Amino acid sequence: MTAVQDAPVRTGAPPRHGRRRRRVPPLVWAFLLLPLAVELFWVFWPAMNSFSLSFTEWNGVGAATPVGWENYERMLADPVFATAFRNNVIWVIGFGGLSVVGGLALAVALNRPGRGVGIYRSAIYLPMVISLAVTGLLWRVMYQPGGPIDSGLGAIGLGSLQQQWLANPDTALYAVLIAAVWRQVGYIMVLYLAGLKGCDPTLEEAAAVDGATAWQRFWRVVMPQLRGVNTVVFAVTVIDSLRTFDIVWAMTRGGPYNTTQLLSTYMFQQGFTLVNLGYGSALAW
Amino acid sequence: MRTARSPWFHAVMIPFTLLWLAPIIFVVLVALRDFDDIAARGLGALPAGLTLEGFATALAGGKVATALANSAVVTVCAVVASLALAALAAYALSRHRIPARRTILLVMLAGNLLPPQILLIPVSRITQSLGIYDTLFALVVVQVGFGLGFYTFVLHGFMRALPTEVFEAALLDGSGAGRTFWSIVLPLCRPALAALAALATTWIYNDLIWAMTVLQTDTRFPITAALLNLQGGYSNSWNVIAAGSLVAAVPTAIVFFVFQKQFVSGLLVGANK
Repeated sequence: MTAVQDAPVRTGAPPRHGRRRRRVPPLVWAFLLLPLAVELFWVFWPAMNSFSLSFTEWNGVGAATPVGWENYERMLADPVFATAFRNNVIWVIGFGGLSVVGGLALAVALNRPGRGVGIYRSAIYLPMVISLAVTGLLWRVMYQPGGPIDSGLGAIGLGSLQQQWLANPDTALYAVLIAAVWRQVGYIMVLYLAGLKGCDPTLEEAAAVDGATAWQRFWRVVMPQLRGVNTVVFAVTVIDSLRTFDIVWAMTRGGPYNTTQLLSTYMFQQGFTLVNLGYGSALAW
Repeated sequence: MRTARSPWFHAVMIPFTLLWLAPIIFVVLVALRDFDDIAARGLGALPAGLTLEGFATALAGGKVATALANSAVVTVCAVVASLALAALAAYALSRHRIPARRTILLVMLAGNLLPPQILLIPVSRITQSLGIYDTLFALVVVQVGFGLGFYTFVLHGFMRALPTEVFEAALLDGSGAGRTFWSIVLPLCRPALAALAALATTWIYNDLIWAMTVLQTDTRFPITAALLNLQGGYSNSWNVIAAGSLVAAVPTAIVFFVFQKQFVSGLLVGANK
């Protein structure tokens, strides 16, 4: 999801002339109210429900028992919640940081048109069309013992690093993270490529004439012009990293020993596998 | 800045690109090997011979085919319905003086930026109490509700930029709101609608979490959820899993290559205003 920046600017828009336009025709109200009702019913109503459920204990049958803040107290004492929370922080930083740095670097490298650049770009954003669930499966195959990652490490003489990537509690989270970054980098790259296209090349030339190094030109001249794109990228990254569920579910289901549990997967497990609806809702908030 | 690229550029980018595509290439190779070959020589080995056995097993029993059909139905219905509703709302908000229209728009957008996990439990309960739990219809409705705000926001931006003169002319000619929408706004918005459609198709097709929330019977699963089941059923037959994954990835890859331009502009739409 993109686009949080730039709330409507009031230029040119709504037709402000003619008295007849001032009255909104009933049909237009219907145009607005129908979609609005759908969203209210399927998004805002469930959100409120979820909030009130989080103060109850309920297994889905019979009536929910109100328990006040108990679910939240339980959450603070729950070691798995602590792991999931810590993992989420690692996820936001690792997933966000790596994909932004990777995407920006690739965008700068592939900004100028030239032979083969189109192919490189397509190759890099190809993973983005593959669903997160399928990405998870692809990388599960990659990480299998005796799979290409192990063979590759063996071939370059790092055989000692071979391990059960997804079954080892120390590496599992990072193994999943790499797979998620692989898919995200192309997206960030596309956003930055568009941003770079909007930069004024004469500014950079002027800086070059004045003797600025490539590094200085990038940080002092290009980066300030990318401010708008940076905002979008930041919003996209934070939203996507808080939503992450599919890839973890497809690769590890939160295991081994809950070490790759994120808040979303732990909540799903509590709410749907173990049917603790109240506690699950509290986790979601 | 028309300096020539150094030869190092390609020397770095070619291996990098190949490495980047390695997971995909590798999975294609695995999918084309037979089970005994993988068992005997290990997953990392190059194929001894090529066979379509993996694909045959994955498609056997028709589960994957059913799942693909389910995905297609859900994706088409949800994309059409959500774009239609979003276009209506965006038209009302961008071209009419509705009180608090800006707030309504931002609230709709904010609703779609919520992390979905907050909504999962209540949505599943609501579909149960409406008696539509475990139907494809429920999945379509949920997808529509959860995408509307974003699509409305993007289309609103686009419609606001349409020239006022067109609307004045339509008004003078006695065109009502419905007719203006149908024969003026929609045709003019075609590029934005195409971009959003390409984007929404991949989002909805690739969704897993909502399918797991409102569906239960595996004959109704879309392809993403069905694949995870396939993985459970053939946990060590990597060729079958690889083949299944490829089958699932093909439709979005086609959408991507055919609509590459719309797809990229879809990603940028909203980002570039």
